Amino acid sequence: MNQKTPLYDQHRQAHAKMVDFGGWDMPLHYGSQLQEHHQVRQNAGMFDVSHMTLLDLTGPYATDFLRHLLANDVGRLRTPGKALYSCLLNPQGGVIDDLIVYFQTPEQFRMVVNAATRDKDLAWITQQAQHFKVEVALRDDLAMLALQGPRARELTLPQLPTSLQTAAASLTPFQACWEGDFFIGRTGYTGEDGFEIMLPNSQVIALWQQLLAIGILPIGLGARDTLRLEAGMSLYGNDLDEDHSPLESGLEWTVAWQPADRDFIGKTALQLQKNQHAHPILVGIVLTEKGILRTHQPLLIDGNEQGYITSGSFSPTLGISIGLARLPKQTAYPTVTVDIRGKKLPVKVVKPPFVRQGQACIDLSS
Amino acid sequence: MSEIPNDLKYTRSHEWARLEEDGTVTVGITDHAQSLLGDLVFVELPKMGQPLDIEEQCGVVESVKAASEIFSPIAGEVLEINDALIEQPELVNSSPFEDGWLFKMKPDDHNSGWDSLLSPEHYAEMAEE
Repeated sequence: MNQKTPLYDQHRQAHAKMVDFGGWDMPLHYGSQLQEHHQVRQNAGMFDVSHMTLLDLTGPYATDFLRHLLANDVGRLRTPGKALYSCLLNPQGGVIDDLIVYFQTPEQFRMVVNAATRDKDLAWITQQAQHFKVEVALRDDLAMLALQGPRARELTLPQLPTSLQTAAASLTPFQACWEGDFFIGRTGYTGEDGFEIMLPNSQVIALWQQLLAIGILPIGLGARDTLRLEAGMSLYGNDLDEDHSPLESGLEWTVAWQPADRDFIGKTALQLQKNQHAHPILVGIVLTEKGILRTHQPLLIDGNEQGYITSGSFSPTLGISIGLARLPKQTAYPTVTVDIRGKKLPVKVVKPPFVRQGQACIDLSS
Repeated sequence: MSEIPNDLKYTRSHEWARLEEDGTVTVGITDHAQSLLGDLVFVELPKMGQPLDIEEQCGVVESVKAASEIFSPIAGEVLEINDALIEQPELVNSSPFEDGWLFKMKPDDHNSGWDSLLSPEHYAEMAEE
């Protein structure tokens, strides 16, 4: 029996096609995945992301704990509400999960981790937290909505609790404000501006209906995937896993090497890998010919199989197929081809993102 | 509930086949199949003149979500392909039995396999499972 979010009945009423996602019954789309994608790029859309795991980490040594636990450095956060994207590594440098952590006070942080990795994340974090006497509280009493798109903030703001409207309106990107259990972050997973809102399960249906009533359309996980791929954002289980480090996954920018005296789990392994200069990297790829890149398809350099696609799909914004791929590190990639069902087609290697804030970021002309 | 026209024959792999007045056979995928796949963004069709066996894999339709192979419902030769789908694969979603047809075949004179195709009733039962 799959788990259901508090919005399950709302999805059924909106004629969602429901699918299993990491043990949860979630909406794949509400009719057309393509239209939902464009809705978010051009206007505003609403995602139920209540399946994600929310954790509150509390204790006098919470900052020390997270500086040890995470590859990115929460010590860099000074403003209450500031958010940080980070990998959670094992001692070998493999990625256990990717997550967002919000700094509330030096003794209080909120963390959002993936649904599919919930059990192993909890086991790992709880085990590590013991040494720091940090309390890890699972917030299954909270639901989460993502409002994304160029109009998402302006449409959502008047619908928020009055006491939070001013604070929410003045949030900078990657910052959050809250009052009690109502928590608003200016974050997202689409490459568009917007909010992610955490709130009590008991209040989420009312807010969902309120936002629907002012014309924000519900968006399924299908469009969520094409939006994040266009934005060049990683999906755990596809682009990230325990067998690959952040350096091999396009996330070296999230590893805080400085200050050098900070020790974090996986650091020794990462440093060794970095110094050897031999690890593969994650790149963006574009198929300029007709066809669709798919996850796991092999990539060839000069005719030899040397890599593979970690995420591939059709880009609704660009009208062509795009992907993320793991390839050996080279200064240039003149002769990469993809093997699609035995057919070899040339792909262009590019630097993600492909699309941000509704605009193409890659040059398709050459 | 998806549409299953009465004047067509069907396969277990969700293709439909229509016997035209001139003896040729038009092939497509069913409403049920397009609805399972979602928005189509790419179609790969067999080549003109290509001989096909019964249930031979001869094309691919891809939605944003997934790729699905097309199998020939009968034995015969490809006479015509629906070029419009190259630029507008979404026709398969909007009109699976008319504008979204995939290709036309000239059935083999012997053992084309036409008689083994599923009736609309039989396909409806299968699609419900």
